[in-house]
Amino acid sequence: MTVINLDYLSANPIAPSVQEAMIEVIRGNNGNPSSAHQLGDQALAVLDKARDSVARLVNAADPKEIVFTSGGTESINQAVKGVAWAKADKGKHIVTSNIEHNAVLRTLRRLRMWDYQVTSVPVDALGRVNPADVADAIREDTILVSIMHANNEIGTIQPIKEIGEIVREKKVIFHCDAVVSVGVVPVDVQDLKVDLLSFAANQFYGPSGVGGLYIRRGTGLWPLLDGGVQENNKRAGTENLIGIAGLGAAADLAMERMEARVAHNLKIKKHLVAGLNEKIPDIYINGHPELSVPNLVSVSIRYIEGEGVVLMLDEESIAAATRSACAAGALQASHVLLSIGRDFADAQGTLVLTFGEEIGEADIDRTLEVLAEVVRTLRNMSPLYRKVMKERAAG
Amino acid sequence: MYSDVVKDHFKNPRNVGEMENADGVGEVGNPVCGDMMKIQIKVKDDRIEDIKFLTFGCGAAIAVSSMLTEMVKGKTLEEAKKIRNKDVAAALEGLPKNKLHCSNLGADALQIAIKDYEDRLAGKPKPEETMRGKTGHDHTHDDGKCYCPYCDAELPEKGAGPVCKNCGQPVEIEHEVPA
Repeated sequence: MTVINLDYLSANPIAPSVQEAMIEVIRGNNGNPSSAHQLGDQALAVLDKARDSVARLVNAADPKEIVFTSGGTESINQAVKGVAWAKADKGKHIVTSNIEHNAVLRTLRRLRMWDYQVTSVPVDALGRVNPADVADAIREDTILVSIMHANNEIGTIQPIKEIGEIVREKKVIFHCDAVVSVGVVPVDVQDLKVDLLSFAANQFYGPSGVGGLYIRRGTGLWPLLDGGVQENNKRAGTENLIGIAGLGAAADLAMERMEARVAHNLKIKKHLVAGLNEKIPDIYINGHPELSVPNLVSVSIRYIEGEGVVLMLDEESIAAATRSACAAGALQASHVLLSIGRDFADAQGTLVLTFGEEIGEADIDRTLEVLAEVVRTLRNMSPLYRKVMKERAAG
Repeated sequence: MYSDVVKDHFKNPRNVGEMENADGVGEVGNPVCGDMMKIQIKVKDDRIEDIKFLTFGCGAAIAVSSMLTEMVKGKTLEEAKKIRNKDVAAALEGLPKNKLHCSNLGADALQIAIKDYEDRLAGKPKPEETMRGKTGHDHTHDDGKCYCPYCDAELPEKGAGPVCKNCGQPVEIEHEVPA
């Protein structure tokens, strides 16, 4: 049976044009862009082409502002640690939000070992940061503000432009983790007024293990990796040319397909949310109903745990993801779901369903049918559900 | 990730449900991890004649509950009391390390159910519902000490965090050790 993939967030399928671009590099001479001979020049041409494509996708003023990395995690580590090191003389205070990805939160936790201080602003019940809270959190010794664009668990999009204006006025560096949104919705680094912006190819039909960091010209930060002079001295190590060629092709495709993808995904999202509300009682749809990415639905299914749902859906060849603590291996309820007011138990039963152009309404209908049955089975063995049902019956 | 035995018990869990007039009931839950389990037993001539479970938890928690009920059914109370968490995990041909705490829940619920039965026989009042404390790290060594859930290094009771000094992985500082 063909797998219905509702876990695009883990990795998008690699688009045919992206595959072609990568195969072309694999079949060609594997030159090193740093070499001073013609094989090096060929490789450099691949690198430059991809850099131009990515710069266009995020509307960077100059392609030199794009640095290729091994993906979202490296980009984020580079941005946050790079600024923390470079600006340590000015201060050691960093502002972030309560619902950032672990790549940001754990990087900040690590920096606490070297006496950096962190102020984390809250979000409302729909997962939105209030820009005024960011303004209030910025101090004399604040060196960096790091707020994500779209959240990876609930999809909510932050008011980055408003925050960007505040942060720039206060002359603080602004990093935006846009891994979930770049290539999915229009992202314009100049309009958003960010200094640093992280993204990953596998969120827009490119390969995993490659991504990039937009570094606005003049932004001071130290490199995360020391070594050679690659990437304009900003990222040492011989470039992942095959992956970068894929990233470039994925960026071209995203520019071309953006409008059609957004329209398709919105249609699927609407169909899925309506179906969930109709077929499964006692659920919460998480995140902002409008200000969110079109390719993600987060649903908290009360009284059951998400990993069991994922395993049972897998039996029926439906791929989904959960934010339950058990599945995450972190043994802690999702900080994002707790931040928007879900309790521990409801956070446990949360699925994150992500999709793309290849998923049609028939796939959603089949998923809803299977999911409704899985939920019935798991609720039947849930002591929480039985208790609630007894209480309801007793009135 | 899971062994075939775990998958089998997850897909076809044995002894799911509730029973009328149980002789002993054990309920345990951990609101942080989110697992909760209820075990009911029927006892005849000091033997566990029947057993049922309900579980709110992940695939491992459900498989542990199911395996535990199979292991215990027909056993004498004395035999059942000897069943430890590691026995259930072994019968399941192992659990991923970060799932071992799920197996604790199963054996705990069983022991509470047996104690409930014995207390009822002795005419003792029903104790308060047991809720395990919240922990940010591992206590599966059963020696009361705290261990890093990633590298197994012993953590100081106070001042652990923000990361484990041995492996650098994040560990929580604030916690209450289960009673």
